[in-house]
Amino acid sequence: MGNKIRVIVLNEKDNVATALERLSVGSTVSVEVRGLVEKIKLISDIPMGHKFALWDIEEGAAVIKYGEPIGRSAAKISRGEHVHVHNVASQPGGGAR
Amino acid sequence: MNFQGYRRPDGKGGTRNYILVIPSVGCSQGAAQAIARGLKGVTYLPNILGCGQIGEDPMLVKKTLVGFGMNPNVFAVLVVGLGCEHLFPDEIAKGILPSGKRVEAISIQEVGGTRKTIALGKRMVKEMLEEAAKLTREPIPLSELILGTECGGSDYTSGLASNPAVGAASDMLVAEGGTVILSETPELIGAEHLVARRARTPEMAKQVLEAVAWWEKQAIASGQNIREANPSPGNIAGGITTLEEKSLGCIYKGGTGPLEEVITYASHPTKRGLVYMDTPAHDIEQLTGMVAAGAQVVVFTTGRGTPAGAPIAPVIKITANRDTYLKMRENMDIDVSKVLQGKEKIKEAGRRIFEEMISVASGKITKAERLGQRDFAIFKVNINI
Repeated sequence: MGNKIRVIVLNEKDNVATALERLSVGSTVSVEVRGLVEKIKLISDIPMGHKFALWDIEEGAAVIKYGEPIGRSAAKISRGEHVHVHNVASQPGGGAR
Repeated sequence: MNFQGYRRPDGKGGTRNYILVIPSVGCSQGAAQAIARGLKGVTYLPNILGCGQIGEDPMLVKKTLVGFGMNPNVFAVLVVGLGCEHLFPDEIAKGILPSGKRVEAISIQEVGGTRKTIALGKRMVKEMLEEAAKLTREPIPLSELILGTECGGSDYTSGLASNPAVGAASDMLVAEGGTVILSETPELIGAEHLVARRARTPEMAKQVLEAVAWWEKQAIASGQNIREANPSPGNIAGGITTLEEKSLGCIYKGGTGPLEEVITYASHPTKRGLVYMDTPAHDIEQLTGMVAAGAQVVVFTTGRGTPAGAPIAPVIKITANRDTYLKMRENMDIDVSKVLQGKEKIKEAGRRIFEEMISVASGKITKAERLGQRDFAIFKVNINI
């Protein structure tokens, strides 16, 4: 485990990271964000390809991946928590429809 | 920075030096193919359209065929027609003339049958080949390069590694003053507002939104609601949460620059930087539209693996799926799977793609070229009659 990078952050504006393998609740992952290594303790199991929060995300705030909003948080999301359909609301077209 | 290319009479720079045989109609495709057969440096377009078409379709065919002739990867053109089709070979030749290249047009009915047409055509292209052989590569600034970007046979590795890596390469080319074409309008659905937001002008933003609305309407008329069907249950199980996220994974290959222009299918960009072309997501129709617009090189990301190639432009295949790379090595040019193993940064992979693009633009042969892939399909809206 150690220094092996098991997650990817696509853009420095992102507030989520994507797991490149299955990660277990309670484990700590090292994530490079804006050149700094953040140690994040996971508070959910994260299946491969799924996302977790790099920082606390307030309810209604933008969830950012690729440097762009991929939706809004439907509830407060804590650092290290699984971010998916249960706590993110899609706003296709910017919510205009 | 420069690539080593062929300077054309209109000042444009080509990455290849083809003699192109264009059948103006499906009926003359066989003759066009026979003319090109066995002659290295001569290629043809497997065009099946050009007659019996209605609405905007005849215009789309003409524009695409003329665009291929105009593409700086082509040294000279022979248009082969039948003689009674809607789209006359002379009209296509006339469209290509402003490039300053040699363009000839012949018709099977006028020449008197297939064999005579093939014999005459072969004589003409052999002459053109002799002229083409005299031209040598010279340094041409990257600012004159138009790069087409495309993804097909996508899987989870596309949105996480290969598209972001291509996006980094796109940014590098734009920084050099070059042009990057982003397209595949149906793949924008859900993230269209994010693309529109990057447009230089409100008119351009409106064009993006209108393009998306048109495709959605067409799909719904055919019984398919793209917005409701995506992300699919399989996407969600794989970790994709929203439609915006799915679409961004595709769009990200155009890089992060502002949108300088929105163009219609097969139209030549008039601006440099990132341009958006309204095309289908259909791999070959999209590829054809970008090359008709003047793209001299294409980068194509894939997860599952695809062999697609264009008749006159090199197509560089990039995958971040290690299994696909190993299984389809004969089709894949670049492996960026190390990004997903944490062993390579997205920017570093992007740098490798950028450098490969320059090598290919300067003459390095891609896997699709080696395999003789000359995929070609023109986007059409209406039925043929």
